Amino acid sequence: MNAGWSRFNVASVSVGFAFLYLPIVLLVIYSFNASRLVTVWAGFSTRWYVSLIHNESMLAAAWVTLRVALLSATAATVLGTLAALALTRYTRFRGRVLFSGMVFAPLVMPDVIIGLSLLLLFVALGFDRGIVTITLAHITFTMCFVAVVVQSRLLSFDRSLEEAAMDLGATPVRTFFQVTLPVIAPAIVAGWMLAFTLSLDDLVIASFSAGPGATTLPMKIYSQVRLGVTPEINAICTILIGIVATGVVAATLVNRRRELRRQRDEQAAHAP
Amino acid sequence: MKSLGSIRRSFAPWNDPGAVPYIRFENVTKRFGDYTAVNDLSLDVYEREFFALLGASGCGKTTLLRMLAGFEEPTAGRILLDGQDLAGIPPYRRPVNMMFQSYALFPHMNVWGNIAFGLRQDRMPRNEIRQRVEEVLKLVRLEQFALRKPHQLSGGQRQRVALARSVAKRPKVLLLDEPLGALDKKLREQTQFELMDLQQDLGLTFMVVTHDQEEAMTMADRIAIMDRGEVMQVATPAEIYEAPASRFVADFVGNVNLFEGTVAGREDGRTRIADDRGMSLLVNEAGGAPEGAGVAFAIRPEKIRVSSARPAAAVNAMEGEIYDIAYLGDMTVYHVKLPDGRIVKASALNAARTSDDPMTWNDRAWISFAADAGVVLTR
Amino acid sequence: MAGAAPTASRPPAAGARGGPGARIFAAVAGRLVIMVPYAWLLVFFLVPALIVVKISLSQMAVSVPPYAPVFDPGGGLAGLLDAVRQFSLENFAWLMDDPLYINAYLSSLMIAAVSTALTLLVGYPVAYGMARAPATIRPSLLMLVILPFWTSFLIRVYAWIGILKPEGLLNQFLLGIGVISQPLVILNTNTAIYIGIVYSYLPFMVLPLYATLEKMDGSLVEAAQDLGCTRTGAFWRVTFPLSLPGVVAGCLLVFIPAVGEFVIPDLLGGSQTLMIGKTLWNEFFANRDWPVASAVAVLLLLVLVVPIMVFQKVQADAQEKGR
Repeated sequence: MNAGWSRFNVASVSVGFAFLYLPIVLLVIYSFNASRLVTVWAGFSTRWYVSLIHNESMLAAAWVTLRVALLSATAATVLGTLAALALTRYTRFRGRVLFSGMVFAPLVMPDVIIGLSLLLLFVALGFDRGIVTITLAHITFTMCFVAVVVQSRLLSFDRSLEEAAMDLGATPVRTFFQVTLPVIAPAIVAGWMLAFTLSLDDLVIASFSAGPGATTLPMKIYSQVRLGVTPEINAICTILIGIVATGVVAATLVNRRRELRRQRDEQAAHAP
Repeated sequence: MKSLGSIRRSFAPWNDPGAVPYIRFENVTKRFGDYTAVNDLSLDVYEREFFALLGASGCGKTTLLRMLAGFEEPTAGRILLDGQDLAGIPPYRRPVNMMFQSYALFPHMNVWGNIAFGLRQDRMPRNEIRQRVEEVLKLVRLEQFALRKPHQLSGGQRQRVALARSVAKRPKVLLLDEPLGALDKKLREQTQFELMDLQQDLGLTFMVVTHDQEEAMTMADRIAIMDRGEVMQVATPAEIYEAPASRFVADFVGNVNLFEGTVAGREDGRTRIADDRGMSLLVNEAGGAPEGAGVAFAIRPEKIRVSSARPAAAVNAMEGEIYDIAYLGDMTVYHVKLPDGRIVKASALNAARTSDDPMTWNDRAWISFAADAGVVLTR
Repeated sequence: MAGAAPTASRPPAAGARGGPGARIFAAVAGRLVIMVPYAWLLVFFLVPALIVVKISLSQMAVSVPPYAPVFDPGGGLAGLLDAVRQFSLENFAWLMDDPLYINAYLSSLMIAAVSTALTLLVGYPVAYGMARAPATIRPSLLMLVILPFWTSFLIRVYAWIGILKPEGLLNQFLLGIGVISQPLVILNTNTAIYIGIVYSYLPFMVLPLYATLEKMDGSLVEAAQDLGCTRTGAFWRVTFPLSLPGVVAGCLLVFIPAVGEFVIPDLLGGSQTLMIGKTLWNEFFANRDWPVASAVAVLLLLVLVVPIMVFQKVQADAQEKGR
């Protein structure tokens, strides 16, 4: 697509992004609202952040959420990468169609169905519902997102690199660990981050698969929203947004610096 | 027998009845589903040969190379290397190394790492690896670039890394898949001779796949011309050019004129070829074709002389009209239209800055050639 | 060094390239790569799906678990057959008779369809603008589109409550500048759901569209204009048709999950709005009627089966093209 911005283009992109970010900006602003009412501005205050620190149940829920997210993201990345490998490298095996369907279906299936089905499984197996079941559920539905990301990278991966490695004496297993894996590593990391975010964010599936013992942060926020909110919600939301934004911005800056250095290197190589 | 072309080769193991081929393809066939890429192909390559597989895309040359490297297994037939059947041996256990068309340099390793990769797979001791890598870096003149990563190198430098990596393990055979394809013209010419020197110095057997005639003709000791999975001719560049075995080969390499006709009889040890449109040629070699057989006389443009008057002593001469002229600077190619409508290409070297027989479009002109100026083709 | 004989390569040290042990390992590793995720998905995806079907054929019971019959492994084959005989399509018949549920399904489809169309309307210009942006800022724009996605979905929907309610910021703003005299009732209506879905799913529409538009060959539009098309004409006759794969992918990525969406109708929709995700949730948590909830889920899946298969086909095609 040729670059060439018309006024319409600029307008539509600006409006689109404003639409996307306005609620977030408002959320952040009102977390510093001295008044309890979300809609009346009463002056700048950080009291909600302070009370947040003393909100034991909220902090406990945040801790649960973090543990679940770290564990499930890591396991989902392993499983998702294996699934992506299976789909791209082995073109013919029995049950491939079923496998492919199972890997990609959770991408679009409504959360309520996934949540309900997993809960019924846990009940049928007699599992006690708690952190473990939430983690298992999260692994299941996030691994397909990882699979999509890794698969897309694998499809554009230059197979001749693997052939070159084998030609030079590396067995298929060594080729995978010494050549393939390092090259697709960025995609695997991206998959991990995606799985982490999805787990952090999930309400429906966690609600179905959690038991009385475990509450995740989204579940806590949701129950509070039903009861009536204090801007403490805004505060914790702002913190979460801040963490994520910092992470993404940092990653982008690191990438940008690396890109610039690479460009400079390439230019130096072509100089006489 | 007069040697063809002006180059005498002293290295010609294919002519030695006692020589044993180093690489032997025995009735090799490769099918992908319904599609036959290589069809019952047999070929011998000798040690220390610089061998080229030449053909258009889709002719099966790359498939043949990959079967030797071990990335494909033949559907039928055998491949022997130094007497050993390679069937079932995976690529990482064959003493064969390949230089890939896209170079396939490992992007996450620097030049040193790329070259050392194969040596590490063999669990060579550290200091031996270091010694060998430095040796190879000196060979391809990339010593200062050892720590650079592939994306920090120019195209020519990357090619040399790929080459260095593929010779680091001293393979018995080096396979090169379109090695010069990505280089610009000047670099290509320079690299052609560098490759030839390298092959001589290292004493390796090279097998090159290419679609570029010039490349094959310049570098190779022998060329195999392939078409649709079969070998059409295997010979030295001179033999292929001056003694093509078929119309396909004659037409494939360089420019050629094909005079189709039938064998009409013999006169003083020469053969007459005629057709029903009044053509009558007297040629030396008839390839054993009997009288009445349909043949083609193949003659290269530079063997035909163009003049405005009929040359006195010419064995074969025909009058026509200059239909088109292509002035190429170092030579001029005349397209002469004969009375029967046939167009003959004749080229003349511009050896002097002025011409003493200037001709232009639509002039009457004579084309003439000797009896031994071409070959008779029966296929 | 020069002239070294080609047969000077050293023989590999024992086990350097691995003997039969390495080959067996490679074969096993290959099997594992497929088996491990396959087994996981069978246990945690397929089996649960089957269980949902099974329970949808059961009846509600006051017991733990709250449905009957329950498969008793101790009962053997006879027990199994006995349980199967108790299956009935009662729940399904009940669902299909009750206008409430039928309306919920239809309303969900309608809301999802309208929201998808709106998302396309909003998302296409954004994606198009991004694709036409100067190449240097395109990565930044891409990051900006993805960034909200990394922040909590629940949070962002919650933020809209504050904006859309009668005393909310939108009404304050509109009243303030005098455009309206009475606060607009948006919250707890279908409109709020539309806004919520469009807002939450916008990245899902923009990303595939952007990917398709960005890769498009710009010279095609130039060729069209060279042959006499106006700029808008060139857009409708060349750009838009070529972007259809992205449009289809984006619409499916929005429509299918939107049909079963729960959070948005629950927070923004209020009691008037009927969406099947909410219905399922209520059946399960409020009414504790697991068999009916399962039946609702099975029917929902049946309703979505066609779009899901279309999506799978689009995925498979993309995989083919990628080869």
